[in-house]
Amino acid sequence: MEKKTPLYDQHVKLGAKMVSFAGYSMPVQYTDIIEEHMAVRTKAGVFDVSHMGEIMISGVDALKNINYLFTNDFSSMTDGRVRYSPMCNPEGGVIDDLLIYRLNGDMYMVVVNASNREKDVDWMKGHISGQVKLEDISDSVAQIALQGPKSEDILAKLTGADSIPEKYYTFLDNCEVAGVKCIISQTGYTGEHGYELYCSSADAVRLWNALLEAGKEEGLIPCGLGARDTLRMEAAMPLYGHEMDDTVSPLETGLGFGVKMQKDDFIGKSALVTKGEPEITRVGLRVTGRGIVRERCDVFCGDEKIGQTTSGTFLPYLNGAYAMALVKKKYGGIGTAVTADVRGRRIDAEIVPLPFYKKS
Amino acid sequence: MNTPKNLKYSKTHEWVDVIDESNVKIGLTDFAQKKLGKLVFVNLPIVGDELEAGQAFGDVESVKAVSDVISPVDGTVTEVNEELLDSPGMINDNPYEAWLVKARVGAAVNGLMSAEDYGEFCAKEE
Repeated sequence: MEKKTPLYDQHVKLGAKMVSFAGYSMPVQYTDIIEEHMAVRTKAGVFDVSHMGEIMISGVDALKNINYLFTNDFSSMTDGRVRYSPMCNPEGGVIDDLLIYRLNGDMYMVVVNASNREKDVDWMKGHISGQVKLEDISDSVAQIALQGPKSEDILAKLTGADSIPEKYYTFLDNCEVAGVKCIISQTGYTGEHGYELYCSSADAVRLWNALLEAGKEEGLIPCGLGARDTLRMEAAMPLYGHEMDDTVSPLETGLGFGVKMQKDDFIGKSALVTKGEPEITRVGLRVTGRGIVRERCDVFCGDEKIGQTTSGTFLPYLNGAYAMALVKKKYGGIGTAVTADVRGRRIDAEIVPLPFYKKS
Repeated sequence: MNTPKNLKYSKTHEWVDVIDESNVKIGLTDFAQKKLGKLVFVNLPIVGDELEAGQAFGDVESVKAVSDVISPVDGTVTEVNEELLDSPGMINDNPYEAWLVKARVGAAVNGLMSAEDYGEFCAKEE
């Protein structure tokens, strides 16, 4: 049976169009994807992302284990910091990409993609050792993302200034927002300033409604997965199953910043060393011809097939068609003229720098 | 939902305006544009292309998806609404003004629904 987040009834009440995603019935849009997208770029939007998984890794060997499971290095991390990391298989392919929250030196919260949650838990459980405990707390945790230039003003109405994390990729634990206990983290998946709030599933409705009410003046609207996807694409943030999967290495898809080859052994390291310099690279395409280029379109330079698109659509803020693609590195130079095959039609595009959009 | 009485409708949500016995205009219904969401691209045939009832003759794209436009008639394209190529949103704003193509048809147009029947058809699809 399809799962529901604690906010399901609210979405229905708000008239959202519900779709099945990662085993959950989720809102894809409330009014219009473009309108929701623009709200986040110019004002603020609120997203139910309670389908995401949360896994606690704790114990005196927690740090040792996460350094072995994940490709990033957590040794220098301090309490209240968030770090992004791929998790690789022994072949160097990506099992998932995740966020790691350091609650304290012996306790970390790992946030994973909804569609990979069970696979991740099984994998991690099979590869931890020593004094460490792994607990999937996803069902008791709700996550609400508040994103957009007005998000800080809105949050400030509901919590004290000392509860709002000042820096990107930091968080504060044991905060209260509208009387609801939460973790507030300055993170997001939109390329815009914003926060992600983790609370108990039982409190989710109260927090959701308080945010919607508090943000009315600022033009805050609820936003669905449709806008979440176009926003992350504009910001060139990778999505598992698109820009990467278990056959693509993090180095091939431009996530080298999250792979620390100089640290001690981690799963996938030897394969990444053996593979050496990646032969493919992730690029941005601006469609210069007529049409929309979506995912899984072959990309050509002249007559040679150089790769495939991984995501693509019409991007509302940039008001044009864009795509990301994995292509042979030697053809990946900025300005390269390429074509994409869209249902048998060749559409002109040009390789442009990523991200497509960067907040000012 | 807006469903003008003077038009004929297909089950795939196109409307047909019978201009005279051998000429029609074809567009997308209000119901269709609402389901699709804001359109960002249209791909239309060119003058002279043959239309076959039940076959796709173009496509329209929203942020989320691409959808075929199915011809409700057999005929030949005589005019294409080029304005839509730059402003596909006109279909959302004014679905019954924003015709996609005009076509010459050989035989009388039949097998399509009246406004009333189409209204009921959509109610069931909701």
